[in-house]
Amino acid sequence: MSEHRNLWVYIEIENGKAKSVGLELLEPGRRLADQTGEKLVAVIIGKDLEAVIREVMSRGPDEIIVVDREDYSYYNTEAYTYAMEQLVKKYRPSTILIGATNNGRDIGPRLSCRLSTGLTADCTALGIDEESGNIAWTRPAFGGNLMATILCPDSRPQIGTVRPGVFKKVKADSARSVPVIREELPVPAGTVRTRLIEVIEDLAGEMVNLEEAQVIVSGGRGLGKPENFSYIHDLADAMGGAVGSSRAAVDAGWIGHIHQIGQTGKTVQPRIYVACGISGAIQHLAGMSSSDIIIAINSDPDAPIFDVADYGIVGNLFEIIPALAAEIRRLKSGA
Amino acid sequence: MNSLVCIKQVPDTTEIKIDPVTNTLIRAGVPSIVNPFDSYALEMAVRLKEQHGGTVTVMSMGPEQAKEALRSCLTAGADRAYLVSDRAFGGSDTLATSYILSCALQYLEQELGKFDLIFCGKQAIDGDTGQVGPEIAEHLGIAQLTYVAEVEMKNDKTIRAVREGDSYREVLETDLPAVITVIKTAWEPRHGNLKSKMAARRAEIPVITAGQLSQIDVTRIGLKGSPTKVKKTFTPDLKKSGVKVVADDTGDCACNAAAYLAGIKAI
Repeated sequence: MSEHRNLWVYIEIENGKAKSVGLELLEPGRRLADQTGEKLVAVIIGKDLEAVIREVMSRGPDEIIVVDREDYSYYNTEAYTYAMEQLVKKYRPSTILIGATNNGRDIGPRLSCRLSTGLTADCTALGIDEESGNIAWTRPAFGGNLMATILCPDSRPQIGTVRPGVFKKVKADSARSVPVIREELPVPAGTVRTRLIEVIEDLAGEMVNLEEAQVIVSGGRGLGKPENFSYIHDLADAMGGAVGSSRAAVDAGWIGHIHQIGQTGKTVQPRIYVACGISGAIQHLAGMSSSDIIIAINSDPDAPIFDVADYGIVGNLFEIIPALAAEIRRLKSGA
Repeated sequence: MNSLVCIKQVPDTTEIKIDPVTNTLIRAGVPSIVNPFDSYALEMAVRLKEQHGGTVTVMSMGPEQAKEALRSCLTAGADRAYLVSDRAFGGSDTLATSYILSCALQYLEQELGKFDLIFCGKQAIDGDTGQVGPEIAEHLGIAQLTYVAEVEMKNDKTIRAVREGDSYREVLETDLPAVITVIKTAWEPRHGNLKSKMAARRAEIPVITAGQLSQIDVTRIGLKGSPTKVKKTFTPDLKKSGVKVVADDTGDCACNAAAYLAGIKAI
């Protein structure tokens, strides 16, 4: 175990760019590495990565390991796991942080299992256990009803996936320059059994990247009918936000599952979350209660959503939303 | 087309309450259900069987009472069910659990023949880790497709699936056998009818114990065989002492709310 050193942050690539969460993780990564006296290393796997390398460099790692070749032009479980396995075996990191995106949660267990080590999923807080010096991984369970702090005492690397939006990116410093180590790692024939046939892009505007949205406006059962999601779209448009929903509205068929926030949907942590006509069942709260600021609009003064709201408005959302959207537009235009 | 669906019995987390005095979870009296994502996985397996023939086997690791969850899977279209249960399995984390399940799967294959597809829910609603499916695939050395919304047979040896990324969907093909983890699907799982309920109640559910898994490495199971350890648990305090206003005058209310948003630099 003692020969394992350095804290790695896995930088996930999507459409040729670093996903936000990987850059975010360089912030706690720096803090933890300083505490343990280790180097903070960013690991980037993909194709045509020069711009990404510059972006990552500006966010403060001590070193960057890059695998840049055709074999990795698109995420593939088997190819990427192979690359990470080879890198871990060669460089022996003590800790790996991975963003808890769908692809991060795809490679994390595959890699940790191959390395016979522990993985903690969906962390929302990271620290060092004072007694043992291990990473203390804190994560929600039971739909957000319970928090658990997990250690991986006897095997290395200790690996965790961390939710997007929990940590804030450090300010970019484009003057920084750090060593870049390049590895070739061609994928051996027979490794890849899964083939990408087609990417279905977000053509209809239906797919929304809620995990990375700064502002989310969500609608629930209180909207009454599918057409009334136009109120939510209007406010989201005024605020420059994405559209979310509660499970009730999805189950009623008013909006696609891709918008669902909560235990069986997405977990989000935007700066501003506006819940409209959402009562605030624990399953919904599990998906959004870590938002920085929560605004609730609901006609029921006793709705549990008000318990977690920073700013609650009791009233008729069909009157309040258009008025609020208009006022926001007026303020934004400086009129 | 022979499928194995791995399911977990979980407490219905919608029913969980926090004890206001001890600040811990009250689990007594909380009903147990089949993990909802596992129900979507089962329905997907049953639909494939209806199109292409074959069998659907369900397996769960847990205490004796998990047979109840397996029975509801038999009601909902599974052909047979097995419980993987042994005191030696207790305290297993996801790595140990997936190892035990992969050993049990190989044990079942000796009896039932090879499984073409292994289905899991994308995650269980109690642990929320989503790790057991991919780890089973790794133990078995086969392909995995996670966050799958739809699946179809391309030919006898290949499946085609729609997988959900963070902000896109992708179509993938993979060779069988493979592990598929399933998200909420476009359709609801079936509940079965009176006849299937009666049959499920009478069905025999064999128990697979550690002793039957002759190949199993006992240093890799249970609490001792688990690399991760729970250091502590605590309940989060979600409550905030925010502002609550009653919208008597819509215009004033909107102005105040917008001013609040401007004040926190949200707009």
